Amino acid sequence: MLIALALALVVLAILSLAAPLLAWAALGVRVVYAGAALVSLVFAAGGFVGLVSAPEALALPFGPPWGAMRLALDPLSAWFLLILGLCGVAASAFAFGHVKGPEAPRRLVPYPLFLAGMALTLLAADGFTLVLGFELMSFASWVLVAHEHEQAENRRAARLYLGFAALGGAALILCFGWLAAGTSAGAGFAALRAAPPDGLRALAILLLVVIGAGSKAGLVPLHVWLPLAHPAAPSHVSALMSAAMTKVALYVLARVVFDLAGPAQPLFWGAVLMALGVASAIMGALRAALEEDTKTLLACSTIENIGLITLGLGLALAFRAADLGALSAVAAGAALLHALNHAMFKTLLFLGAGEVLHGAASRRMDRLGGLIHAMPWTAGLVLVGAAAAAALPPLSGFASEWLLLQALIAAWRVGDLAFQIGAAAATALAALAVALAAAAMLRFYGLVFLGRPRSPRAAGATELSGAARAALIFPATLTVIFGLTPGYLLELAAPALRLLTGAGAGLSALGGVTVTVSEGGAGYAPMIIFAVLLLMGGAAVWFARRQAPGILHGPAWDCGFIAPPHHLPFGDPTTQVSAAGMAQPLRRMLGKTLLAAREQVEMPPPGSIAPAHLQAGFHDPVLVLIAGPLPRARDRLAALAERLRDFSLRQCLGLGFAVLLGLMALLIWLERR
Amino acid sequence: MSIFTALVTQLLHLALILALAPVLTGCVRWLKARLMGRRGPHPLQPWRDLLKLLKKRPVLAENASAISRAAPYVAVGAALLAAALVPSFARGMLLAPFADLLLIAGLLALRRFAMALAGMDVGTSFGGLGATREMAFAALAEPAFVLAALIFAILAGTTNLDVIIGIFQEGALGLRVSLGFAAVALLAVAVAENARIPVDNPATHLELTMVHEAMILEASGRHLALWDFQASLRLTLWLALLAAVFLPFGMAAPGAGPIAWITGLLVFIAKMAALAFTLAVFESAIAKMRVFRVPEFLGAALLLGLLGAVFLFVSTGLS
Repeated sequence: MLIALALALVVLAILSLAAPLLAWAALGVRVVYAGAALVSLVFAAGGFVGLVSAPEALALPFGPPWGAMRLALDPLSAWFLLILGLCGVAASAFAFGHVKGPEAPRRLVPYPLFLAGMALTLLAADGFTLVLGFELMSFASWVLVAHEHEQAENRRAARLYLGFAALGGAALILCFGWLAAGTSAGAGFAALRAAPPDGLRALAILLLVVIGAGSKAGLVPLHVWLPLAHPAAPSHVSALMSAAMTKVALYVLARVVFDLAGPAQPLFWGAVLMALGVASAIMGALRAALEEDTKTLLACSTIENIGLITLGLGLALAFRAADLGALSAVAAGAALLHALNHAMFKTLLFLGAGEVLHGAASRRMDRLGGLIHAMPWTAGLVLVGAAAAAALPPLSGFASEWLLLQALIAAWRVGDLAFQIGAAAATALAALAVALAAAAMLRFYGLVFLGRPRSPRAAGATELSGAARAALIFPATLTVIFGLTPGYLLELAAPALRLLTGAGAGLSALGGVTVTVSEGGAGYAPMIIFAVLLLMGGAAVWFARRQAPGILHGPAWDCGFIAPPHHLPFGDPTTQVSAAGMAQPLRRMLGKTLLAAREQVEMPPPGSIAPAHLQAGFHDPVLVLIAGPLPRARDRLAALAERLRDFSLRQCLGLGFAVLLGLMALLIWLERR
Repeated sequence: MSIFTALVTQLLHLALILALAPVLTGCVRWLKARLMGRRGPHPLQPWRDLLKLLKKRPVLAENASAISRAAPYVAVGAALLAAALVPSFARGMLLAPFADLLLIAGLLALRRFAMALAGMDVGTSFGGLGATREMAFAALAEPAFVLAALIFAILAGTTNLDVIIGIFQEGALGLRVSLGFAAVALLAVAVAENARIPVDNPATHLELTMVHEAMILEASGRHLALWDFQASLRLTLWLALLAAVFLPFGMAAPGAGPIAWITGLLVFIAKMAALAFTLAVFESAIAKMRVFRVPEFLGAALLLGLLGAVFLFVSTGLS
């Protein structure tokens, strides 16, 4: 299977090379996207095979001077490859359905490269290959983010993204370099595993991998680029970035922290990840509940879900450190399951937002509304995704968040008092994030699809059929199926869980029709719950409709407001709730402390007939930090460096000589140690 | 045999809840009216209203979508399932293995989401306002509920409601400060979830103060009947939950016979009557608070829950 996957990477490279020529005709563009979809299918199949069969390894006949590049397919990479494959199929099919004619090569060339970079990161079995794949992924996605570089805001987003990608890449290179410093056998994963870091080196590696992977995954406080960059890319790329690329970054985090850093890391490693996860979950969910742009809202919801997954990973790490193997498997299972579920419903939501952008020509929720009438298919399918993102039973989001909360509720078994109190607070904050996400999803769905159209374009929206619709049906179906079968998915993920937690026992209790946390503990049987729910709802339908079947239609009651005049067929669009209005309670409740939200009312003087003005807004505190002190520090450094130019020849020579001396001194010092 | 008993208790429980829910709403209204010196409507009035409304066809707004038509059934189904999970007169019902507190929270969230969607469907200003406020309040109520579940789970070892009640019934735990905190937190959540005073006024139709009623302003006919019914179900479910966890005595054990059921039933009705009276007194004695004070009220509940958990860790030295 691994050879087939390597060949799939080659196919992607060929597609990318041929893309400048193929971009000239609609047929060629379709060939690229169809090829990407097929290769993604191969990835998904490879992931599935990797989970049910023994690990494979492959040494490539080329590589850096210190050894060949190596690929491997073990259960952990297979699970994430499965996620990548499923997202890739949906995103490529969506792009295929939206091909209208020749496309700009700058949009077409990076797309196969992006997929290839993500797959290479997942399949890498040595540090060099992993960093190569990671950087390929960063670079290709940067080109896609900058595809509409005519607009200043997109240029800004791409620049910020590039800065964070460079920071993350540098941290990862240092991280793997430092890991490999403990061995003499190159940077292969087997060699790294044999010499796990300890002491200060371990701490440095934790810090570096959190910066490297966390900046790509969007962990607070390295998240600020994400709500700007994800929406700037084309919709199918936004879907891939939010659903798959963040997961690839989390894979790197899990690989280093759980696998390469050895099994003997202290409890606080888990606590660090948990704290970061909780902060991301709250920040992401709150911002999602306040944003006014569909794709930005979804990108913020990605931050929230990444936070929840990181919380699960951190909890698994803490349980492992406390020698609670079975609970560690529950927490890691929740994280892996949520990674898969989030990938599916976020792909669906982003593609739905893309369909809305295409049909109603806007991403601003204040210009949309009532699309359920014009775009019934999209509205129905997106409802599935929004309900899953709002963690409603029996859909997939609820299953994994139920498991995560169960693991959090069991966290007191770790025994350390400070950890117990922290975990109780984390439980409350995770529940808060989940509830905030529900509010954000209601706001998203209600403003975009329900109510009355807020602009003429929204009233005249259309939707596509064919491949674009199938691209939405596919993840929606999987969201429903995954919601009903979490037990079987956990059984499928069992080899990956064993790799993460080292727990052999305790996994068998998880799977099956009923997901149970421990013997005799609470259980969740989604299929039974769904069946009973259908039964109850069906009984209500049967009973209520028996006596007076049928329905009458009339003008909206609206507390007695009169019907709108003829020149406003949908009424005055502003007499319904707006995006800012829907955000107001949460902005006042939580936004003031967390996001520096403010409201300013300007009343006209008495007697004046001028309108009053209400201004409301919020800032991400991290963005303020980056926009202020960071550029100032850069300017100061640049001014300092400028002085070098004015050096005389003597000073230049002196500087070179001093640097030489300094390096030699360093060398002597290192030799002595 | 045991499955048969479980099935029979489950069906009896369901029938009891279905019959009792509107009566309970009526009782609370009647008690409140008496406390305020009015005669008040008959306690069976909600049942009469329901039967009358069920005979009427709903009038939907012209731009209402399928959401308006489907949401009441989803909400009633979710509320019904949640109510079926909370034991009333006997433990060990058929659905007891699935009576998980987090699942109940999820089902209540499903009900709330359906209601908020229905509120936004027609695009009136009140519907959107109600939906917004409902979801914002729930954002603080849900973590308080989860923290209460956390306290129960630490004491009982699981979040399964049936097992928790069984362990509380044995009385080996004694009185605990943490349980007191959890009780106050759950009461606050119950008040907010049921749209009662001081969070919301169930009797008002004054636009600026309402939350729950604002979402169903457009509903009529059998849809209105369903919305009212699910509100009654939710009140019954919450009172039954509080009664089962904090007053667990008198409940029939799993596998017990009909005589234990009858005792359990009588005790259950007495408990519900007492809780309804307490609710009526509480609502009559207190004024509705401003909407923007509600977060403080629920935030206090959240902090109490957290305090309860911390007390538990410190006092028992769990390790």
